[in-house]
Amino acid sequence: MTALAQMLADRDWILADGATGTNLFNMGLASGEAPELWNTDAPDKIRALYKGAVDAGSDLFLTNTFGGNASRLKLHDAQTRVFELNRVAAELGREIADAAGRPVIVAGSVGPTGEIMEPVGALSHASAVQMFHEQAEGLKAGGADVLWLETISAPEEYRAAAEGFALAGMPWCGTMSFDTAGRTMMGVTSPAMVQMVESLPNPPLAYGANCGTGASDLLRTVLGFTATGDERPIIAKGNAGIPKYVDGHIHYDGTPELMADYAALARDCGAKIIGGCCGTMPEHLSHMRRALEERPRGPLPTLELIVEKLGGFSSVSDGTDDAGPTRDRSKSRRRRG
Amino acid sequence: MSDEENDIILSELDDDELVQQMHDDLYDGLKEEIEEAVNILLERGWQPYDILTKALVGGMTIVGIDFRDGILFVPEVLMAANAMKGGMAILKPLLAETGAPRIGKMVIGTVKGDIHDIGKNLVSMMMEGAGFEVVDLGINNAVEAYMEALEAEQADILGMSALLTTTMPYMKVVIDTLVAQGKRDDYIVLVGGAPLNEEFGKAIGADAYCRDAAVAVETAKEFMARKHNQLAAG
Repeated sequence: MTALAQMLADRDWILADGATGTNLFNMGLASGEAPELWNTDAPDKIRALYKGAVDAGSDLFLTNTFGGNASRLKLHDAQTRVFELNRVAAELGREIADAAGRPVIVAGSVGPTGEIMEPVGALSHASAVQMFHEQAEGLKAGGADVLWLETISAPEEYRAAAEGFALAGMPWCGTMSFDTAGRTMMGVTSPAMVQMVESLPNPPLAYGANCGTGASDLLRTVLGFTATGDERPIIAKGNAGIPKYVDGHIHYDGTPELMADYAALARDCGAKIIGGCCGTMPEHLSHMRRALEERPRGPLPTLELIVEKLGGFSSVSDGTDDAGPTRDRSKSRRRRG
Repeated sequence: MSDEENDIILSELDDDELVQQMHDDLYDGLKEEIEEAVNILLERGWQPYDILTKALVGGMTIVGIDFRDGILFVPEVLMAANAMKGGMAILKPLLAETGAPRIGKMVIGTVKGDIHDIGKNLVSMMMEGAGFEVVDLGINNAVEAYMEALEAEQADILGMSALLTTTMPYMKVVIDTLVAQGKRDDYIVLVGGAPLNEEFGKAIGADAYCRDAAVAVETAKEFMARKHNQLAAG
């Protein structure tokens, strides 16, 4: 059994980590610089990033490799360093996790290619699979326990990543970002994601949602997963509120207390792996940990309770309740496919 | 889909029916059908500008509304924009020849440090879909690049996009430069990108924050109308 499968079997909930970008920017990463280059150029800062999450109580953290595929690194002229940058990021992670004194999972972060796939875009399935495979091999060589696909919008890209990970023979998890009227940018609803996940030849150990438009929306998505009755473990990694512009800098408005409420609610919604995303700092994580440890489990939250505790939703419907807007096309004479 | 529905002969439709059909075909992203219909209307003596505004822009407006309202999503919009592009390719040289009125010109690009361009590309496509001319500067633009393009292209609108919270503040650098050079009022400045909001748009002195590509188009149209009114009044 792999390390994450073991932890999923042993534990009632797992605390994942928080933000990578927000933390690195606080350490002085310049805007536009590729964070992945710090894996080799400033390894102590990456160690500090990982350690910050572990010390705050995370059972699992993501490597600094979100943009570590050839397509993203190409924008920094570093497309030839995919394997190396991913391997080093995972090695640094291994070092911190193994020194933690308790089981901590190193999850190899894999973000989107940033390209739109065929047929509407230019990126072919074969090229996408190849890019994901290349990154997976680097993370595997560095000792990552599991691969962690995140912030995906297109089902085609999720499938291509799964195929690339299979080629590397690695277990994986995968989350999508539901940021557009409760769906992904490409229109995927929460139940549609479940259906897609379960149709994969090598389904992930866990699936779920990350980033998006704030903690409330993310939990509505988790409720959508749960409502399908699917039994695969669910991941919830929401942003610490909404970014605000204050005196030339960006602050996320989610307080540690709010994220503690979010963590407890996420578990009640059915999520098993719970963490933060943008804006989630170690202080938020320790509050989340305490909430998960100290608060009793509650009943399945209603949408009203989520709004009351965490704030309103960004859209009335998330496409799962037939309450969303539609267009009457009964009079049109030619329909797509 | 029944055979009957497949059997639409575009050339047998009268003008009103054909324009209606073009709206449907744009919605469904049918490029060849749009190209065929544009040619039919040209043969019937339609002015290129009327085809653009009534048939193509009219159809894309519906697509834009449904994108804004969460009925259509990015894949459908890209297909529709691609169909629109097919029609525009035929009309573009004719529009220039006939001296058709200009709807507006936009210079757009992601700001310095930001390489995320899916949102910006969507705005470009939707703006073209609405009949605007778009000069796309691509990613990672310094203030000089924006200033130069605005001047050279005699643009009406500046569009800036950022996906990162760390690159958003650069928008203010560009706007401050416009102010310092006394050119701020020459352009409509629209900003957008996932982490932005209205409050941010106001704080940096943009004319408007646009939540998505459809809103960008509506906002651009609104400001262009105001600009024309001001010119008429002045």
